[in-house]
Formats: sequence, structure tokens, C-alpha cells
Amino acid sequence: MHYPIIPIKVQEIDYGTPVSRLGTDAEPVTLTIDGFEVTVPKGTSLMRAAVDAGIQVPKLCATDSLEPFGSCRLCLVEIDGRRGTPASCTTPAEAGMNVRTQSPALQKLRKGVMELYISDHPLDCLTCAANGDCELQDMAGVVGLRNVRYGVGETAVAGITGRHHLHLAHAKDESNPYFTYDPSKCIVCNRCVRACEEVQGTFALTISGRGFESRVSPGMDEPFMQSECVSCGACVQACPTATLTEKTVIELGQPEHSVITTCAYCGVGCSFKAEMKGSQVVRMVPWKDGKANEGHSCIKGRFAWGYATHKDRLTKPMVRDKITDPWREVSWDEALAHAAGEFRRIQGTYGRDSVGGITSSRCTNEETYLVQKLIRAAFGTNNVDTCARVCHSPTGYGLGQTYGTSAGTQTFKSVEHTDVVMVIGANPSEGHPVFASRLKKRLRQGARLIVVDPRRIDLVDAPHVKADFHLQLKPGTNVAVITALAHVVVTEGLVNEAYVAERCDPKSFQQWRDFVSKPENSPEAFEQVSGVPAEVVRGAARLYAGGGRGGNSAIFYGLGVTEHAQGSTMVIGIANLAMACGMVGREGVGVNPLRGQNNVQGSCDMGSFPHELPGYRHISDTTVRSQFEAAWGVTLNPEPGLRIPNMLDAALEGSFKALYVQGEDPAQSDPNTQHVAAALSAMECVVVQDIFLNETAKYAHVFLPGASFLEKDGTFTNAERRISRVRQVMPPLSGKADWEVTQAFANALGYPMHYTHPSQIMDEIAALTPSFAGVSFEKIDRLGSVQWPCNETTEEAGTAIMHVDRFVRGKGRFLPTQYVATDEKVTRRFPLILTTGRVLSQYNVGAQTRRTENSRWHEEDRLEIHPHDAEERGVKDGDWVGIASRAGETVLRADVTERVQPGVVYTTFHFPESGANVITTDSSDWATNCPEYKVTAVQVSKVTQLRPMSEWQRDFAEFSQAQAALLAQAHAVQPEATR
Amino acid sequence: MSTALTLYVPRDSAALAVGADAVADALHAEALAHGVALNLVRNGSRGLLWLETLVEVTTPAGRVAYGPVAPEDVASLWLALVADAAGQDAAHPLRHGLTEAMPYLAKQERLTFARVGVTDPLSLDDYAAHGGWAGLKAAAARDGAAIVDEVTRSGLRGRGGAAFPAGIKWKTVAGASASAGATKYVVCNADEGDSGTFADRMLMEGDPYLLIEGMAIAALAVGATEGYVYVRSEYPHAVATLTEAVVRATAAGWLGDDVAGSGRAFRLHVRMGAGSYVCGEETAMLESLEGKRGIVRAKPPLPALEGLFGQPTVINNVLTFAAVPTILAQGGAFYRNYGVGRSHGTLPFQLAGNIRRGGLVEKAFGLTLRELLYGFGGGTASGRPVKAVQVGGPLGTYVPESQWDVPLDYEAYAAIGAVVGHGGLVVHDDTADMAGLARYAMEFCALESCGKCTPCRIGSTRGVEVIDRITLNRDKPVVRDQQVTLLRDLCDTMVGGSLCAMGGMTPFPVLSALNHYPADFGL
Repeated sequence: MHYPIIPIKVQEIDYGTPVSRLGTDAEPVTLTIDGFEVTVPKGTSLMRAAVDAGIQVPKLCATDSLEPFGSCRLCLVEIDGRRGTPASCTTPAEAGMNVRTQSPALQKLRKGVMELYISDHPLDCLTCAANGDCELQDMAGVVGLRNVRYGVGETAVAGITGRHHLHLAHAKDESNPYFTYDPSKCIVCNRCVRACEEVQGTFALTISGRGFESRVSPGMDEPFMQSECVSCGACVQACPTATLTEKTVIELGQPEHSVITTCAYCGVGCSFKAEMKGSQVVRMVPWKDGKANEGHSCIKGRFAWGYATHKDRLTKPMVRDKITDPWREVSWDEALAHAAGEFRRIQGTYGRDSVGGITSSRCTNEETYLVQKLIRAAFGTNNVDTCARVCHSPTGYGLGQTYGTSAGTQTFKSVEHTDVVMVIGANPSEGHPVFASRLKKRLRQGARLIVVDPRRIDLVDAPHVKADFHLQLKPGTNVAVITALAHVVVTEGLVNEAYVAERCDPKSFQQWRDFVSKPENSPEAFEQVSGVPAEVVRGAARLYAGGGRGGNSAIFYGLGVTEHAQGSTMVIGIANLAMACGMVGREGVGVNPLRGQNNVQGSCDMGSFPHELPGYRHISDTTVRSQFEAAWGVTLNPEPGLRIPNMLDAALEGSFKALYVQGEDPAQSDPNTQHVAAALSAMECVVVQDIFLNETAKYAHVFLPGASFLEKDGTFTNAERRISRVRQVMPPLSGKADWEVTQAFANALGYPMHYTHPSQIMDEIAALTPSFAGVSFEKIDRLGSVQWPCNETTEEAGTAIMHVDRFVRGKGRFLPTQYVATDEKVTRRFPLILTTGRVLSQYNVGAQTRRTENSRWHEEDRLEIHPHDAEERGVKDGDWVGIASRAGETVLRADVTERVQPGVVYTTFHFPESGANVITTDSSDWATNCPEYKVTAVQVSKVTQLRPMSEWQRDFAEFSQAQAALLAQAHAVQPEATR
Repeated sequence: MSTALTLYVPRDSAALAVGADAVADALHAEALAHGVALNLVRNGSRGLLWLETLVEVTTPAGRVAYGPVAPEDVASLWLALVADAAGQDAAHPLRHGLTEAMPYLAKQERLTFARVGVTDPLSLDDYAAHGGWAGLKAAAARDGAAIVDEVTRSGLRGRGGAAFPAGIKWKTVAGASASAGATKYVVCNADEGDSGTFADRMLMEGDPYLLIEGMAIAALAVGATEGYVYVRSEYPHAVATLTEAVVRATAAGWLGDDVAGSGRAFRLHVRMGAGSYVCGEETAMLESLEGKRGIVRAKPPLPALEGLFGQPTVINNVLTFAAVPTILAQGGAFYRNYGVGRSHGTLPFQLAGNIRRGGLVEKAFGLTLRELLYGFGGGTASGRPVKAVQVGGPLGTYVPESQWDVPLDYEAYAAIGAVVGHGGLVVHDDTADMAGLARYAMEFCALESCGKCTPCRIGSTRGVEVIDRITLNRDKPVVRDQQVTLLRDLCDTMVGGSLCAMGGMTPFPVLSALNHYPADFGL
């Protein structure tokens, strides 16, 4: 099936200034511009009003992503009754104004300004990287500049050579791997500086010098790579000339078409314009109409897409009998026939439930849906799970129990109305950078901030952002803190009684109120346990309950909440607190899980959990099940299947023998690596579908080459429940998109699937799932995105804010949250607590980002350790240290820092050889089995060997080397023709 | 031992620069040697700068002036001082008789500078004894609107150069609301960077409480609770004096939580600039006060509505605030009766450059440049004829003799394309090269441009180059005339296109030099 692609012009309309700050529904004013009447909301700039009237006023320093600045002086206009020539970007439209954007005087003025600009700009347009995308060139054309009487560069006029910056071309800064800075082309419009401040909020750029000397400067005249720059790309995007240019553009030239798609990194789900030459990506530019990101991006989405064509990409199916055998490249048919044969053989021998599969939070909704359908319908088992198990499964449980559905309650935009922000166990500046930028913008406007985190994360003290309260708790004591916060709210009379009475279940509320009021739940009682001074807890509780200036408090949380033995309890605690304070159900408030992966929300929605069919409906529900049975033409098992840890345990016990893993790498990402490896090794057929030979694939018998997000069509659902389109910009390198592989696998198993386009899969999802009833590719294409629930009871684009008049489950339900200390207790043998997290430049297991220049920012995982603990162990910054837990041991380099508190160490898990998950244990959430990544008791000691490695690391290196050799043989023995 | 001898030696920077401290030391030494109890007051400057160090002695008839006094003059001066103090005849070549009777002072109309040079600047008693706080007391008894009305009635216009009616500005701020949890501000622009100007400095050093009083009145008028004085870093003595004055005034209850018993709060802070001329432009000053790079903001929004930290802000110059206590104490009508046309009140003119009697002359608007140059200034210091006078700072025009009889009044000056500005005059004799001065105007702009807007950032540098080309090619008429055309086009671009007065007015001195003195350009 051919599905139409809506062409988006590479160069879009730039309105020059943002929408009126009074809002689009501000009082309309009517004015006349060049004789045309136009009506705009009050507060709209004349420049933007002119665009509405179909007229582009010349401009250079204005762009609609930034506040007006008024420096270029090209947009000057004449207004009847006003003196002089005001700038149209900074002058608001007023009723009855009569404005002229063109006159002989304005023409002369603009030409005069352009003549000055060009007198200090190289005349190398034909060979310039911005040729075809240069606003300076455009404006020179628009104003009709024909002559530069001052001379340019070294050209002497009337015996004198003017000053210029052209020689700065030699000082071009190429330190950043993704873009260059050429000061000789800078027109000092400040757009990059303003983008860094207003959009990104990093304040890495400034103008150094003044007057003619003015030039953009990262930090204090440092190269970009040495500055505070986080390489979000906002400056490059804002630059109207070639001063800041993507290296890919310099290399490839200007794109000729573009396609709107969705980023495949974190759960923010940024919309991107893939700017293309044929099927070659020239650059990825954040799309300004994308509602999740509104034109902003981070280093990953903007620049780290080169992995898609990395030499490590595997594009041919491969099989082998044992994992010690060399790989053999085979045809798709042979690979799938082999896999199907093995699965049927194993089921024949060990029973139907001896197989299972894992869906991917990285793949599309359609692909995820298809994999769980394959498992339930073609395998005939409910042994399906997803990587959301190891991140946000407690969110599903906790919010489901209290509010009635498993999802964040807000849009990201809602934070623009938030007055008090509470960030719990999340590090948005690293993990969800584009949301962090929106959050910081609100904080700079005066919103208050509470951070609950064992580490001093960036938000605690960032440029122009400072937390009012930092509850620097000990890892594993979340529930103590949330209960103590609730204690303060209840005992100090801060409960929103009217809200609770109207919206919540009174009986459960009363029980909860009695529970949290107990003296043993007070901040004072928990002070020793959590390490947070009681006064800080009390202050934070008062601030949150009061809602600051405008009365709106919102909670944003991450894996620091869920990845605990009491992860589900903590989610419930958060939900309780928000309800008690009346902070759910309107703009600016809410409970917002920050999803780790691009489609975690979607993979959960699509029925990836063993007990749930799509739309979070229990498999035991006969009505629901029978609908699926009718549609799929099979009988479904009413009993839930195995979760990932159960599958692994069963494998070791010998009852689980075959696994189909799509786009997921449990051998690196799941806790207790050695346990996972043993389980995988115990299986008879592991089928891995991925774009690289990931860690799990090293234990696989069948390898099915996957497709990157650039190679397929479908949808992703972000943390806002926003369903956005992923659009194919290049053909799959392997010849098949992932959904086609799953379909072919099903057909090989004898279960027929005949979709010709992913849109048909979404149609099936919509037909079977009430909350998706209104979703279709057609509608998403038309509206840009939709938010579930999206059906006949909602707006056409779905639901921006959940639980507006009532909770999904009816009355909001409170549940007591008894703090129980984790089993991962510090002992004399393991006196420190290890907690884990992510960095901005790398993404999760790093399979993608490690294959990009992003590693220049983070080339190894290090262990953060407090100077006190380091001193005690004789560890200096940069020393190799051994980290041992009851699960295993690894060796990393130490980063001695006060970001962590004494007694706590921290590391990231982006490099497989780091073995962060060799250390983490199989301790997990009581309700959902989400692993307790965030709390592991460890000992740290200095290691003195020259190239130190733990035993596991040595084994790992050996194993990886062996597997690489087995892969190399596949290439060697299999000629191209066998595909 | 006779009764104490009361002497005055200015602490003003202009006096310090010519050795006032050494004179004071010498006087102390002399008193010690003679066993005379000396009451030496370090006053502000009387503004007769060619007479600094001006030593005054209290006599039964009033204060008698001696100057210019160098340390080595003290010994010879001593007997005369003692005689004067005793009411006996005194004679000395440096003696000028009663200070107040000296024509330079006697002919002035000192409203704002009434106390400057008379009192001990930091003495609260002196200030009160000379009529201080009367305006603030009057204001404290009224509501904000009544204060604004009084200021509006006075016709007071901003003395920083733009001459915007103060009452209207204050009314705008009074009518605006600060954001929740925020406050309105009163900010004094004391970044006195114009060439040939020193009135702000003299006032801050010589009568700081007057500025404080004026700002407090403004705060009461508009409902502001926080204020800042932004002083240029080149004025360390002004910063020190003002800082101490704020401490004392706060301790005395004229500032702080209950201003003059009004029940309203106003806290005042002194901030120092960092050597940028553009930071005297009000919005660049706000950026600087906020801790940012000092670059000009686009308007709107007006600072009156969104000024310091985005809140409604009164911004006025030192002299504007300093005029306000008189208006509140004596009534708007009293002040309004000074001046001509729409230029009400007095302006402290500052005579500088090549002039025999440089100093501060406070007069009602309406006198002429010629009166200032000759009636007060006594012609050039060099004795040569005056060629040009730059009025209103580095962005003011060069006024040729043909215009010296135009009354100094905002509108009359605007009509001839000139500006009164901050009242500074820089005088040049007939040796001045006007092409060189035009070049200097562009060079000054190039040095001080903040770099935000293109006409100023690039245009000023190009201006220097084009003027160089004109003078380099004075013998090649075709080339020269092309460059003159280019210079005029550039000036049009700068006037019409610049974001603020820096680039927008730099062409004024350039074009006035070109138009009035073409020969200097080889034309």
C-alpha cells in the first residue's frame, strides 16, 4: 500500500516574533498595513501582523522562536502619527494604526543598513555552506543592495581599507563534532545567544567585546567544546547565516525536501523535520509546530542520528545452532523458517508456554502491538512483556490504582501555568532535556522549585534556576519522604478539603488521613531514616500545598521513583499527595511521569504486559478477550503470562526455552547481568531483532536485522499520551521494516497476517481499544498529533489534560503508604549505596549514541563518590576503583564530587563493559517486579593494577571478542547473493 | 587662645584634583603652629572651578572666599584668614571678598545647587538647617497622586537630556502595578558620562541628601519600595559620599521601612557602573543593574511599565530628582515661574573646555550661550576667539557663533537642530580642527557603542573611515565629494536606524561640523 506523505517545505514561514504574549485569544485589534486591513490579537507585533496580512517585513535579528530584540534595524516601518521609524518587531499592533512597511525613505534606510552589514561580511556566497539558506543573502536581495561604497575586506577605497572581521575565518571553531562556528560570518544578531538563553536556558553563549568588536563567544572566549554548551543545536538553528552551521550541511549541501517525523530517543517525543537529499538525511531540525517540543531539541535528537548508517549496522538475517557457532548470513525466508521451526519444536517438546517474547519501547505502536499479537495469537501464550517492566511499570500500577489509568495527567505545555514544581527522582536536564528547557523557562519566570533527589542534580543550582528546597534523601527512602510530606499537609490543615470532598473516595481518604497523621509518619520521625531535615520537608510540603503565586503545583517524576522495592508505593504516595492538595485535573498541575524511552507509553498502551490486552484491559476479562479472539481468530489464554524476570527464572529452571526479543537488550539493561546471561544461555532458541549485534544478540541463535526510526512508518506515544507519526525517510537497510519482519514471522508460524501498511495496524488497534477509537493515521496527519483518550467522547485531537471533572476511575482513591526499608541495606561489608542514572549525551544502553560523536562528551561511565568517602579509601579523582555488591563486581574510574552525598555513590550504565548491572541485584518492586536499580549496597575500593578489570569484565571482554569473531565469519563466508 | 576659626575647604573631586587635601593639611598644620582651634569643614564645591581650591572663612559679615589656594599659599594666607574671621580688614591677592557677592555666584539662580558648597555634605544637621527634608515632609503628608500633580504642575522635565515631563512619567508608573510579590522601583541615572559635564557629580558629592530626598519623594509618589542610584565607576568620591549618606539617612528614618513617618517603605541602594558610556542610556543602565551586559533594550515596553527586573520603574537623572524637593517644599508654581516657553525651572549649566572661568552656573532656562560664554565664562582660557561650542555632550551639535544668541530652551534649540542635553558646554577656540572633531565624534561612538544595533555598531567605525577618506582626499574633489555624500548617507542611516541616541545622535556633531565649518573638511 502506498501511503501519501504530506510534503513540508524545507523553509517554513517565519512570523518573526512569537504569538502575542497576551495569548492568541487576547482582544482582537484591527489595523491597516500597506493598505490591507488585518486583525490580530492585542500584543501581536507589527511584524507578525504584517505576515498575517501576507507581507514579509525585511528582518535579520527576528525569528518567531525568540522574543523580539530590535537590533538589525531592517524591519523599520512608518506609522501615521508617530515620529521616526519604529522597529516592527518590537512595536505592538494597536487598533486603528496605519502602517507602511515600504516607502522610498524606508528603502533607503534599509539599503544603508545592509550596506553596513555587507561591508563586514565575506563575499563568498557561491561557496558558502549557507548558500540557499542564508537570510543575510536574502535580505541583500530584498533591499536591492547593489553597491558597497565602504569597500569589503581588504579592498581599499579612496586610499583607506576599512576594518573588518574577515580574517577571523582562520579562527573558525570546529571543536564541536556537529557544527562549526565561523566568526567571520557573524552579523551579531544575537539570535544564537538568545536561543541559548530563552529556548535552551543554558546561558552558554554571550557576546564578547562591544561595538565593532562584538562577536559571539561561548563562555569566556572558549571553544564550544570547552564551554558550558550542551550542543542542543538551538543556536545553529537560530543562526541566519553560515556562522553556525551543521557539519553535515557543510559536507552535503542544502536539503531539497523534508519529512516530519518523531525522535526515537527519550519519552519527550520531539517532532523533527528530517531534511533530506533523496534518502540521505542532511540534518534533523526540531519542528516548530511539534507540540511536545515547540521547535526545540537536544543533542541526541538533533545530532545523534548517524548511528542509522553506522558500519556496525547488520542488514542481513543470520542463524546459528549454538552461540559458540559462527553466524551464517541467510535469506529472510530461511531465517524466519528456522525461527518458526525452532519455536514450534520447543513448544512441542516443552509446552506451549515454554516460549515468549519481549516487545520494544523503542519500536512503533504498530510494531509493538503486532509483537504482542504474534505472541498471544501465533505463539498462543501470554508470555509477553516489555522493557517498561524495568522502568515505569510502577507508574502503571500506582496511577491505575489511584486515578484509574496509567498515564501522565498533563501536556508538557501545562508547565507554563505551573507555580510550584516538584521534581522527584528525575534529572530532566540530562534525561529529558527538551522538557527541562521548558521547565527552566517557567522557573526563570518565577515558579518555585522543590527537588527530591539523593544527588545535587543540575536543577538544584543552574543558571537563573535555584531550588527552593532540595530534599536530598538517602536512596531507598522515597516513601518515608512522601509520607512525611503528606503528614505535614494533613496535620497542618493544608488539605484541599473541598476538592477531596467533591472528587475523592471519602472512606479511603479518611483511612489515609489517619495513617499519615500518625506521629511515626512525621518529618521528625523520618529525619534519621531519610536524612532530610524535618524543617526542609515541612517547608516543601507547605510550598507544594500552597501552590505558590497562582495556586498550581505540579509533580514531575522519573525512574528515581519507580525503580525501587517500593516503587509502586511511591507512585501511590505521589498520587495521594496531589489529590489531597487538589493538584490534579487542570492546567498547570498534575502528576507527570517522565518516560525514559520514546515509546514506553505506547508499548504499555499496546498490551505488552502479560496480564493486559491493549488499553490496559485485563486478560481475564471475558468480554474484552472475546473481542480480540473474534478479531484475531484464535482462542486466548485467560491467565496472565510470565514477566521478564519470571521468564529468566523459568529459563534457569528449564521450563522456558525460547524468546523473541525485538529492539530490547536485557543482557545489558536488566539488573544482575550474570543472572540474565545465565538465563539466556539456558534457552534453546533466542531470536533477536535489532539494528546492531547488541549484548543480548551475543546469546542469540537467530538474528533478524531491524530498522531504525528513519526507515519505517508508524506512531510513537510520548509521556503526554501524545501519538505522533514516525515517517519513513529512507528504505529499510535490511529490506524490511520491523512490522514486516514480525508479520513474516507470524506467517512462518502459520498464523496469517496480511497488513500492507502500518496504518492498517493502527486501524485494528483503534477498532479494538476504546481509548484509541478515534485514532488513525489520517487524523494524526491532519492534526499533527493526538492525545489519548481520543474517541467520540473527547475533543477531536484527544485529551490534553486528564481527570478534568472526575477521575477516570470515578472517585480518586487514596491508599496508605507504609514505609518499608529495602532489603538492600548497608552493612559493614557493603557500606555504601550505589544509585544509577543517565547523562545527556548518551542514551540508555548506548547502542545508538555510542555509535555517534556523542561519546566525545561521555566516553566512559564513571563512579561518582563524595570526597569524604574517597578520602577514607585513599581514592583520588580519576583513580580506578572496584565496586562490589552481593551480585557482582566491576571496575570504573572515580569521579570525586560533591554532587553525591556521603555514603552514596552513583554511576551511569551507557557502556556494556562498565557492568553497572553486574552490580545491581534482583531486588524489585513488590507490585510490578520493576528492578531496584536505584539502590544497591556496595563497597568501593581502590584498584592498583595498570589496566584493572573485574573478573566479570575480563570474561565479558573475552566473550565479546569471541562473538565478534563469530560475526566476522558470517561476513566472510556468506556472499551477497544469499540474501 | 582665640575663638575657633571656621574654614571651608571643598571635598569635591574638582578641588581634590588640584590639591585640596594638601591645602587642608597645610591649614591644620598652620592652626597647630599658631595654637588656633580650627573648625575645618570639608564642603562641596561652590562651582567656581577655576578658583579651586577655594578656601572660605566664616566672618561676621558672612563667608569670604580665597582662591585658587595652593598649599604653599597657606602660610601667607593665614593672617588674612584670621583677620577676616575676627571681622578685621584683611587683604591678600587671592581674596575675593564675600563669596555670595562674587558676580559669578550672585548672578545665578540656585534652586538645585542652593546648598552645594555651603554645607557639610554628610551633615544631617546642616542639611536640615538649610531647609532640607521640607519637600519630603510635605510629600509624606500627601498621597501619591497629589505628589505627582505637584511635580506635573512644576513643568519639570527630565534633566538627563530627553526632557520628558517628569510628572507624566511618574503618573505612568503610579498607575502601573508590579507583578505579584514584586515591587516598583525608583532608579536614579547618575552615569554622568557626557563630556564637559559634572553637575551630577558635584551634587552627589556636595549635597547627597537632596538626591535622596528627591528619590524618596518619587517613591512615595509612585508607590515604589526599592531604589537604586547607578553611579559611574569614574566617580569614586560620589559613590563613597552617597553610600554613607544613604546609611545615615536610613538611620535617621528618611529612608527605610517608614520614610519620614509616612508609614511607607523605601530602601535605597547605590550601584557602580563599569565604564560604559551607553549604560547612561536608561535601558542599558537597567540591564547593567540587573547584572547583564549593558546593551540597550528596545522600547516598548517602556521602563515606566516594565523597567528594572520587569517592574514599573521611575528613571530620572540626578538633577531631575534633585529639583523635586524644591518643588514639593515651595510648590510647583514656584518652580514653574522660572524659565521660558515649555522649559520651566532652572538648569545647572556646566562650562568646560577652553574657557577662562569654567564651572557650574545654575540659571533659569532662556539665557543665551553668549551670556554663558562671556558673561560667566569670560571667553576662552587661551585668549583666542571662540570657534565652536559643543552643547549637550558628545552627541550634541557644534553651535557656531551665528546661533549663540538663541535662548537656551529645549524647543528653541531643537528648532536649530541642536540639543540642550544635560547642560554641558565644551568650548573650542579658533585653532580647533572641526574635521578632526567630527572624526572624534564617530570614534567616540565606535569606542562606546554597545554593539547591539547595526547602524551604530558598524556605522560608527565606517564613519571614522569615511571622514579619514575625506581629509585624505581633500585635494581630489571627485573622490572627496563622493565620500562626503557617503558620510551624509551614513548619517541618515544612523539617525533613522539606530536603536538609541548613541548612534542616533552621533551624526549631530558630525553634520554640524560639516555644515558650519566646511573649510575644515577641505570643502
